[in-house]
Amino acid sequence: MTKYTKRLDNRGMEETRPIEAKAGVIKKADGSAYFRIGKTTAFAAVYGPRELNPRHMQNPKTGILRCNYNMMPFSGTERIRPGPSRRSKEISMVTEKALQPVVNLEDYPNAVVDVFIELIETDAGSRCAGICAASIALADAGITMKDMVAAVSAGIIDHQSVVDLDGEEEHIDEMDVADIPIAMVPSTEEITLLQMDGKATREELLKSIDKVKPVLKNIAEIQRKALKEKYRSE
Amino acid sequence: MNEELKAHVNETLKQGIRLDGRKKEEYRNIEIQTGIVATAEGSAMVKCGDTQVIAGIKLEVGEPYPDSQEDGVMMVGTELLPLSNPAFESGPPRIDSIEIARVIDRGIREGKAIDTKKLCIRKGELVWTVLIDVMPINYDGNLIDIGGLAALAALKDAKMLEIKNDKVVIGKRTDEPLPVVSMPIPVTVLKIGDNLIIDPTDAEEDVLDARLTVSVLDDDTLCAMQKGGNASLTTKDINEMIELAIKKSHEIRKKLKEALK
Repeated sequence: MTKYTKRLDNRGMEETRPIEAKAGVIKKADGSAYFRIGKTTAFAAVYGPRELNPRHMQNPKTGILRCNYNMMPFSGTERIRPGPSRRSKEISMVTEKALQPVVNLEDYPNAVVDVFIELIETDAGSRCAGICAASIALADAGITMKDMVAAVSAGIIDHQSVVDLDGEEEHIDEMDVADIPIAMVPSTEEITLLQMDGKATREELLKSIDKVKPVLKNIAEIQRKALKEKYRSE
Repeated sequence: MNEELKAHVNETLKQGIRLDGRKKEEYRNIEIQTGIVATAEGSAMVKCGDTQVIAGIKLEVGEPYPDSQEDGVMMVGTELLPLSNPAFESGPPRIDSIEIARVIDRGIREGKAIDTKKLCIRKGELVWTVLIDVMPINYDGNLIDIGGLAALAALKDAKMLEIKNDKVVIGKRTDEPLPVVSMPIPVTVLKIGDNLIIDPTDAEEDVLDARLTVSVLDDDTLCAMQKGGNASLTTKDINEMIELAIKKSHEIRKKLKEALK
C-alpha cells in the first residue's frame, strides 16, 4: 500500500499540470514554439536546414540535427551561470536522440537543422517541455517529419504511479521518488527518451510507461492544435 | 558590411522613409508585461516591433567590494542567444553582447536606479547582490534600449527574499520591493549617412555609421553615454542626438509608468 494517496497540489494521479502551446512565436526563426506546463516554460527555435560548418562534418547522404538546451540565468531557484554545463550538454544530447527518429534528415544532405531550446522558468520537467517545444518548432519550420514527439515525466512516489512530477514532488524526502522522463512517437508508441532518477521495480516501471502513453497522445494533440492555430490565424 | 543594403537604406532615408516604412524618429509599438517568470525575484517581457526581450532579476547575498563596504552589488548580463536570430552563434560571449550588457549596466548604475545603501545587511561583511539578466527571444535590433527598459521593469517588479542566518531562504519572496528609486531610460540614436534614426531594426544596425546611447533621467539630465560604430561624430551631431534621445525618453518613460501602474 502506498502512503502517497493524494498529490501535493491535489491533481489526479494521471493528470498533468496545465499546458499551453503556441507555434510561430519567434519571427526570426524558420520555425518556433512556446510550450508551458505548470511553471516550466520553454521556447524553441529552429534554424535550417542550413549549411553545416565545419565542412568536414558535412555528409552527402544525410543532414544532421543539432540541439542545444539552455536554462536562462533566472530560470531556477539559484542563478545559473551562462554557458554550457555538464547537465545542459547531456540534456542537449538526449533531446537530439529523442527527436531524431521522426526527422527525415536524409532529405537535407550536407546540411544542419539547428534547434535552440531556452527555458525561461523551470519547476521540474524542463527537458520534456523542451522536447515538446522543439517538436512543434521543427514542424513549424516545415522540416519533413514522420510524426510529432511528445514528452512528459512519469513518476513513482512510494510505489504510486503519477504523471508529470512538479518541483515539490521531486523533492519529497520522506518517500521514495522516481522521476522518469519519457518521450514517445504517438502513432507508433516508440519510446525515444527514457531516463530514470530514483528507485522502481520492473513491474512498476512498465506500469508507469503504460500509464503515461495516453497522456503523451493527448500532449501530441495539444502540439498539433498549436500548429493548426498558427496557420488558421495567418 | 552589406554595401547594397547600405546604399538602399541611404537612398530611402533621403526621402524620409525607413526599410519598414517608419519615419526617422518613430519608435515601434512597445508592450511591457511584468511578473512572467515564477523563478525570478522580478521579471519583465518587453516587445518592441518584432524584438522581444525577457529580463529577470535574481538576488544573492555576498561580500561587498572593499571600496564600497556599505553598498549592495549589481551586475547586468546579456547573451545574444542563437535562438533569437540566425546570425548569432553558440559559444562564449563576444564583444557585441558584452558591450550591450555594460551599456545597460552603466545606465542603471550611474542613474542610481537602485538605492544600494539599502542593500547593505552588515557593513563590510554582507550585502545583497542584484543580478540582472537580459535575454532576447527574438532579436530585431535595439537591444540596448529595449533590454534596458526590460531591466528597469523587472527591477520594479522585484521583491526582496527572506534571509535567515545570513543565507537566502530559497524561493521565499517577501512583500518588500527592491529599492528602485530612479528610472534612467536608455535611448540609442543611430547615424546612417546624414540621417539620425532611433529604434533600429537589425538590418538598420548592420549598416549604421555611428550610434550614441544616452541614458536620461526624469529631469532630463544625462547619466551615461556610449558612442559606437566606426564613423566619427561632430559636436553638432552629438547635440542633435542628445536632443532626440531626451525627447524620446519622455515617450518611453510614459509607457513604462503606465505598464507599472
